Amino acid sequence: MKINLKVWRQKNTNTSGKIVNYVVNEVNPDMSFLEMIDVLNGQLVRKGEDPIAFDHDCREGICGMCSMVVDGRPHGPLHGTTTCQLYMRNYKDGDTIYVEPFRAHAFPIIKDLAVNRGAFDRIIAAGGFVSVSTGQAQDANAIPVEKAVADNAMDAAACIGCGACVAACPNGSAMLFTAAKVSHLNQLPQGKAEATRRALNMVKQMDAEGFGKCSNIGACEAECPKEISIENIARLNREYIKAVFTGE
Amino acid sequence: MKLDSKIPQGPVGEKWSNYKEHAKLVNPSNKRKLEIIVVGTGLAGASAAATLAELGYKVKAFCFQDSPRRAHSIAAQGGINAAKNYKNDGDSVYRLFYDTIKGGDFRAREGNVHRLAEVSVNIIDQCVAQGVPFAREYGGLLDNRSFGGAQVSRTFYARGQTGQQLLIGAYQALERQVGLGNVKMYSRHEMLDIVKIDGKARGIIAKNLVTGELERHFGHAVLLCTGGYGNVFFLSTNAMGSNVTAAWRAHKRGAFFGNPCYTQIHPTCIPVSGDYQSKLTLMSESLRNDGRIWVPKRKEDCGKHPNDIKEEDRDYYLERKYPSYGNLCPRDIASRAAKEVCDEGRGVGKTGLAVYLDFSDAINRLGLETVKARYGELFPMYQNITGEDPLKQPMRIFPAVHYTMGGLWVDYELMTTVPGLYALGEANFSDHGANRLGASALMQGLADGYFVIPYTIGNYLSGEIFTKSIPTDHPAFAEAENNVRERINTLKNNGGKTPVDEFHKQLGKIMWEYCGMARNAEGLTKARQMIQTLKADFWNDARITGEINEFNPELDKAMRVADFLELGELMVVDALNRNESCGGHFRTEYQDNGEAKRNDDEYAYVSAWEFKGDNQEPELHKEELVYEAIQLQVRSYK
Amino acid sequence: MNWFQSFLVSSLGQKIVMSLTGLFLTIFLIVHLVGNLQLLHDDGGQAFNLYSYFMTHNPLIKTVSYLLYTGIILHTIQGLSLWRQNRKAAGGMKRYVKTSTATSSFAGRNMAWLGILIFIFLVIHLKDFWYVMKFTSQLEMITYPGQDHEVKNLYQLVSVEFKELWVVVIYSISMVVLAFHLLHGFTSAFQTIGANHPKYMTLIKVVGKLYAFLIPIGFAIIPIIFYCCK
Repeated sequence: MKINLKVWRQKNTNTSGKIVNYVVNEVNPDMSFLEMIDVLNGQLVRKGEDPIAFDHDCREGICGMCSMVVDGRPHGPLHGTTTCQLYMRNYKDGDTIYVEPFRAHAFPIIKDLAVNRGAFDRIIAAGGFVSVSTGQAQDANAIPVEKAVADNAMDAAACIGCGACVAACPNGSAMLFTAAKVSHLNQLPQGKAEATRRALNMVKQMDAEGFGKCSNIGACEAECPKEISIENIARLNREYIKAVFTGE
Repeated sequence: MKLDSKIPQGPVGEKWSNYKEHAKLVNPSNKRKLEIIVVGTGLAGASAAATLAELGYKVKAFCFQDSPRRAHSIAAQGGINAAKNYKNDGDSVYRLFYDTIKGGDFRAREGNVHRLAEVSVNIIDQCVAQGVPFAREYGGLLDNRSFGGAQVSRTFYARGQTGQQLLIGAYQALERQVGLGNVKMYSRHEMLDIVKIDGKARGIIAKNLVTGELERHFGHAVLLCTGGYGNVFFLSTNAMGSNVTAAWRAHKRGAFFGNPCYTQIHPTCIPVSGDYQSKLTLMSESLRNDGRIWVPKRKEDCGKHPNDIKEEDRDYYLERKYPSYGNLCPRDIASRAAKEVCDEGRGVGKTGLAVYLDFSDAINRLGLETVKARYGELFPMYQNITGEDPLKQPMRIFPAVHYTMGGLWVDYELMTTVPGLYALGEANFSDHGANRLGASALMQGLADGYFVIPYTIGNYLSGEIFTKSIPTDHPAFAEAENNVRERINTLKNNGGKTPVDEFHKQLGKIMWEYCGMARNAEGLTKARQMIQTLKADFWNDARITGEINEFNPELDKAMRVADFLELGELMVVDALNRNESCGGHFRTEYQDNGEAKRNDDEYAYVSAWEFKGDNQEPELHKEELVYEAIQLQVRSYK
Repeated sequence: MNWFQSFLVSSLGQKIVMSLTGLFLTIFLIVHLVGNLQLLHDDGGQAFNLYSYFMTHNPLIKTVSYLLYTGIILHTIQGLSLWRQNRKAAGGMKRYVKTSTATSSFAGRNMAWLGILIFIFLVIHLKDFWYVMKFTSQLEMITYPGQDHEVKNLYQLVSVEFKELWVVVIYSISMVVLAFHLLHGFTSAFQTIGANHPKYMTLIKVVGKLYAFLIPIGFAIIPIIFYCCK
C-alpha cells in the first residue's frame, strides 16, 4: 500500500520547524510504523537527504524511548500501545498520516521527532526512590505485602516514562508520571518511611521543570501505553495533602 | 601473557567469603578522591554506579539512551533466579550453582558461578527493599515460578515485566545518588574509546550524541556494563541501539575477548515476517511453563489451520525427546530441536520457519482467566504483532538471537586484562559458560553490580589512592580522541552511496547462516571471507548523511556497525577454533544423533582472544577450566 | 516561604484552591436555585420577595455572601492564572499541526473558555439584579400582610427583564455553558482533593452528570416560563 506522510522536520532546538510531505510506497501491512519510517529513511539516505531523526530502541513497547505524535495522538490511534507497537495493518492504502514530536515546554525538541525528556529523570532524582543502600536489606519475606497492594503498586510501576501523558495533556502536565511513581512507592510498606518527603519533593521538582497543572481531563490515562489510571493522580493528591498538613 | 583468573583458594563454597575477608579496603576519606567511570546503565551499570556512589566513590555514569532507565535490561520478561528455597522444594545455593554450570554445558568457572548463586539471595532482599513489586501470594509472601533448565521453582517475577521492574529499582537507586550529587549522569553519550596511561585504564572518550562533540573523561577505574552483542546478527531480540562498540574499543586497547562464539538463540520468539523486519520480539520463556510445543507429525498437515490438526497427528517433540524436562529443557536444546523439525519440513506458518506453542491444555486445566493473569501482557503483545489471538489458536514461535554468553574476558574480580578496566553483566563472558539458563541474566547483572564489584574494586583502588586525578590534556587523551575523530572523518567522507543498514543486514545474514544455530568448518571459513569483503565495502560505500557536529543517529549507527563487522569476524574465528559442540555453539561435525558432543579433553577452556592489530590474526590464550566441586558429565535432560 | 505559602503556590496547592472554591460555588448553586424557584409560585412574587429580603438581611447569610464573592474572585483569578501557565507548559496555543480530540472531552479542554463566558454572564446578571437591588432605589417597596417591614419588589424587576427575548436567550445559553463547566468541574473537584476510588467514583460521576444537567435546567426554565407563560 501507499502511505502519505506529513512529518515535522526541525534541524535543532533553536531553529523553527515545518511539516514536510513524503510518500512511502510498498508498505506491507505486517510492518511496524517505525519500520515504515526505516524504509523511508533508507530511501532518503540513498538520495543523499537527511533521514528523519526519531527516538526508538527496544521496539517492543517497554523501553519508553519512542515518542511520536501520530495524527495528533501520542503513540498513535491504538489504545495501550507505544509507537513501536503500531502496525501498518491499522491503515489502508492512500492514508495520510501526520507525524509530530511530543510537545511540551519541558520537552525541548532535539531534532525532528526526538525530544529531551531529562526532566523526568530529575523528578525521580528528587524523591522517586526508597533510600536503601545496597546491603541494608532484610530478608525479602520479612514484611508481608497484601497482594492487592502489591498488585496496585505494580500497576503504577508499569510506567515506562515515555512522556505520552505530557504530550497528550492539553496542559502539558506530568502529573500521571509523577503520580505513578509516588503511587508505586508510597503504597508499599518499604516506601512508607519516605512517603511525605517523596510527595513534597517530587511535586516541587515537577513544578520547577515547567510542566503544566493537571485539570483532570484524562487524556493522559487514555493515551498511556501502559494504561496507568488517573486514580494514581488522586492518590498523589491525597499523599500531597497529607504531607502538607500532617508532615513534619 | 599468562592469564590469571585469580580464583581464590579453598573449597568452592568458601572462596567468596575468603575473598571478601581478605580483600583490601579503601577508607572513606580516600573513596571521595577516587573517580569511577561506569559505561552503560542497565542492571549491571545502574546497580554498580548506585552502589559505588553509596560507598562514597565519585561516579560518572554514561548511557547512549536519553535516560538511564531505558537500557535494554528493561525488556527482560520472565524473571530472576534466586536460591531462596521459599517453596521448600529442595533448592539450595549448591543446586543453583550446579544447574547453572550444567546449563552452561560445563564451560563456566566454578568459582564465579558459586559466588553468583550465593549472592542471588541478597539480590532479592535488596530489590524488595527498593520497592520492586514482585508477584505475591495471598499471604503477602513472594511467589515463584519455574523456568527452563531447573526442576525447582526459584524464579521471582513481576508480571511479564521483571526486567523492567528490576531496572527501575536500580535506576531509582542511581537517580537517588544523582540527586545527592554523588553520581554525575551523562545520558545520550556513547563511549568510543578507552584511554590508557602507563598500561592502566584511566578514562574514556565519549561522544555527546546531541552535539556530536567528543569529550574526555578521567577515571581511576572504568567499568564497562554495556551489554551483549547480539545485534551483530542484525535481527535479534536486542534493542536497536544495543551494540558492541564500548567492549570492542576496549578489546582493541588490550582487553581480551572471551568465548565470542557463544551466542544464545532463544527458542520462543515471534517469527520473521518480511525483509523490512528491524527486530525480533521475544515471548518469555516462562510461557513454556504452561505452553506445549508441537509441530504436525506429517509434512502434509503443515498448511492446515492448527486447530484442525487432531491430537494424534501432533508431535510434541520436546516432551517426546526429553521426557524429564519436556517443554522446560534449556534454551539451546529447545532452539535446536525447533530448527531440526523445520529442517525436516515440518515447520508451520507462511515461511515454514515456525513451531506451535499451544496453551489449550493450560486453559482447560486452569481456566482462561488464570492463564491470562499469569502472562499479563504477553498475549496482547503477540496478538498485536501477528494479528492472531494465542488464546484461540497456538502461537507461532521460532528461535532468535537473544543473548551472548561471550564477552570481555574478566578475572574473578571482574577485571579485564587491562588493569583498572572492568566488565560487568552481559558485557563480560564469565558466568554462563556456553549457554545461559532462563532468569539468570538479571541475576548476573545485579550480582555483578550490587554485590561483586563493590568488594573487588577496592582491591585495585586501594593501590590507587595516591594517584591524583589526571588532567584530560594528557597526551594519551589527545591520542585517543584523535583516533576517534579520524575514524569518524574517514567514514563520513568516503563518498559512499549505500545506507548503513544494508551492510548491517548483510552481516546479519552471514552470521545467521554460518555462525548461528548450527555451524561447520566449511561455512565458517566462507563466512570469514565474506565478512572481510563486506567490511571493505562498508568503509568505501557506506553513506552517512548529515553533519558530524549535530544529532546524527545515522553516524552513530555506522560507528556501531563498523565494530560489529570486526567482531563478527572474531566470532567466526572462535567458532572455527572450537572443534566441539557445547551449549549455544553447535558444530554439525561434532554430534551424537543430534545431541551436542563436547570434547572435554581438548576444549575445556575459555578462549580469550587478544587483538594484535587491524587485519592481523588475533592470538588465542586459553584459560583452562578446573572443576573441583562437580564432575564433568554429558549434559542430559532426557 | 513558610509551608502554607509554598503549598498555595505549588501546582497542587493552586489546584486545590480551584477545587475547594469550585465545590463551594457548586453548593451555592443549589441554594440559589431553591431561592429562584420561589419565582414560580403563583403568588405575585411574595415568596420570592420575602426570600430575597431574608437573603440580604440575615447576618449569617451576609457573611457567607462575602465568602461567596471571595470564592468567585479566587476561582476566576486562579483559573486564569492556571490557564496562562498551562498554555506555556503545553508549548503554546498552536501545539500540534494535526490535533486530535479523541481522548479528551469538550468540557475538559475548554474549562477556561467556559469559565470566562460564565464570568461575563455573571457580570451581566449581577448588574441586572444584584446591583439594581443593592445600590439603586429603582425598586418599589411593598409590605406583605403579617410582615412588619417593607421589602423590595425584586419579582417585578425579574418579570420585566424576562419578557425581553434577548435576555431569555442570553440566560438560557449561559446555562448551557454552565452545564458544560459543571460536567467537567464537578468530578474534577473531587479528583483534585483525592477522592477517586473504584468503590465510589462511579457514584461521583453519576451525581456529577445529574447535577450538571439538572441545576442549569432548573435555572433556565425560569426565564423561559416568564417569557412565554407569565
